[in-house]
Amino acid sequence: MSVLVDEDTRVVVQGITGGEGKFHARQMMEYGTNVVAGAVPGKGGQDVDGVPVYDTVDQAVEEEDADTSVIFVPPAFAGDAIFEALDTDLDLAVAITEGIPTQDMAKVNKRLTETDTRLIGPNCPGLITPGESKLGILPGNIFESGNVGLVSRSGTLTYQVVDSLTQRGIGQTTAIGIGGDPIIGTSFIDALELFENDPETEAIVMCGEIGGEDEEQAAAFIDEHVDTPVAGFIAGRTAPPGKRMGHAGAIVSGSGTGTAESKINALNDAGVPVGDTPEEVADHIEEFL
Amino acid sequence: MKLHEYQAKQVFADAGIPTPESKLASDVDGVLAAAEEIGYPVAIKAQVQVGGRGKAGGIKLAEDEEEAREAADAILGMDLKGYYVDRVLVEQAVDFTDELYVGITMDRGEGKPVAMVSTKGGVNIEEVAEEDPDAIAREHVDPSFGMMPYQARKAVYDAGVDRDLARDVSSVLSTLYDLWEEKDGSDAEINPLMVTSDDEVIAADAVMNVDEDALFRQPELAEMEEEAAGGDELEQKADEYGFDYVRLEGNTGIIGNGAGLVMTTLDLVDYYGGEPANFLDVGGGAKADRIANALDMVFSDDNVESVVFNIFGGITRGDEVAKGINEALEQFDEIPKPVVVRLAGTNWEEGMEILNEDLVTVEQTLEDAVQRAVEYAEEVNEQ
Repeated sequence: MSVLVDEDTRVVVQGITGGEGKFHARQMMEYGTNVVAGAVPGKGGQDVDGVPVYDTVDQAVEEEDADTSVIFVPPAFAGDAIFEALDTDLDLAVAITEGIPTQDMAKVNKRLTETDTRLIGPNCPGLITPGESKLGILPGNIFESGNVGLVSRSGTLTYQVVDSLTQRGIGQTTAIGIGGDPIIGTSFIDALELFENDPETEAIVMCGEIGGEDEEQAAAFIDEHVDTPVAGFIAGRTAPPGKRMGHAGAIVSGSGTGTAESKINALNDAGVPVGDTPEEVADHIEEFL
Repeated sequence: MKLHEYQAKQVFADAGIPTPESKLASDVDGVLAAAEEIGYPVAIKAQVQVGGRGKAGGIKLAEDEEEAREAADAILGMDLKGYYVDRVLVEQAVDFTDELYVGITMDRGEGKPVAMVSTKGGVNIEEVAEEDPDAIAREHVDPSFGMMPYQARKAVYDAGVDRDLARDVSSVLSTLYDLWEEKDGSDAEINPLMVTSDDEVIAADAVMNVDEDALFRQPELAEMEEEAAGGDELEQKADEYGFDYVRLEGNTGIIGNGAGLVMTTLDLVDYYGGEPANFLDVGGGAKADRIANALDMVFSDDNVESVVFNIFGGITRGDEVAKGINEALEQFDEIPKPVVVRLAGTNWEEGMEILNEDLVTVEQTLEDAVQRAVEYAEEVNEQ
């Protein structure tokens, strides 16, 4: 079992003819992802390694029965590309693009209330169900199929924690990178709910970072609604206030909201142990299983 | 990206928000000429991007030429919280009876813009928000339609603004929202919005922060950024190289890929008793030359005594990283500071083969690499 993505997922890659899009479409196919189409305006009729390219997402759905989009479109056009995915009534849209203007994302956020399509990202590595399918840019070889669900705001930090798990022989049901922007589609709470309802997921890793209040809200949700054991990690304990630490969303505001301390305390209060190091997170998961 | 006060005021004034008459000056004669033209009394305000300028001595009132000369002498060239003051804004002093606050920002929790109004202007609004949250009226805006006129009125009435002023203040708030939207603002703020003795409102300060990710479609503001640039020399260098870089105070330099993992590396340096010198994210898919630039960056920081290089390859390849490290270090007769390298993920084995181990210390795990780098930095301290 897994959440959101499995071997039957039919993928259209928006931006498949660009450098990133082409490279990662190939990587996804090598991993076993069922990439059925590409969508790039003006490039309809071409193909990438035998995958047909259409001018619109709508055509890709019409002709190839795509149900999920992975978006590798440059930031200036990515807001529009996400709207196209949402308005085509796909099940899932995964936006990898980093650097989308926040006001574009506020409009996307509004549209999300009017559609059934789930958005993951933007500014995220995507998601993977090991051994079945990956959507995005995660390095497939470090993952192993198993019983731990993982949700994270950061890509490479996810790899670090997954590596620790896999090296101990602990595999994963699905790993979801929700992205490092201030406004994102799928939140920690959404992902936790999915894992809680997945019978195969026996433990959950949640990797947060400074900025915003999503981790605090997730902690409250865990307290009320999650029986599956959760182990946490929070990056950015040493970050100074007012400085953006790489991710647009990773900033402790001048008034002191978004600190690592507040997030760690909230998680601890909800009974979630928070590792001081990524290895300690793996220790906690090992104890749960 | 933050605009300077004088830049933000220009943007606001162009949009029709009342602002006091003002002129920019960079020497004492310029200040006196500007003050003469505007007419005393004037406020002389340091143009640096730090909060609390007034308390730090960066804003002074002058009633006449003598006071203006004194103020200009004191402020020009001063070190204001680490920033060198090379320009001041000379501004008509406003005779006010009241100070309001109006602002627009993105509420990231709601994913929506929010307009804010308060009658407690003139002080740090974040403090007001903490001590007396009810003193700030908030109105969330649907970004697909923009702020409706009634919403501006509602925020103004909810905040308890004097009813005689409601029309003017809601007009300022509406204009501010439109500007915020048009210019891809992250925050737009007037604090204080002064009320004069004849019941007019005037923007005595102006804050306009712009979403860096939207500068590609804001060419005029991007130009202002060049003017507004300043701050730390190393941070400017990082801008040139295109790195996400934040300078800190410690002596263990840090280079990595991906914001979350780099932050984690900083935290581990602290956890193992060291002090991080910086945050440096080379980003995804960095090639050899970029890796070499990153080392150059960190070596340029005089505080740095050791460097930890932590790469977990997804789209970044270990062999490219190793090549970059070799290239950067082989040009030195003597390696400036010890470098500890940990490679994992895509092509890490190829990277290990390429890496010249005479030049660096290799560790297998993140934890070991950080501890080794901290030890190196400490050894220097002990010497």
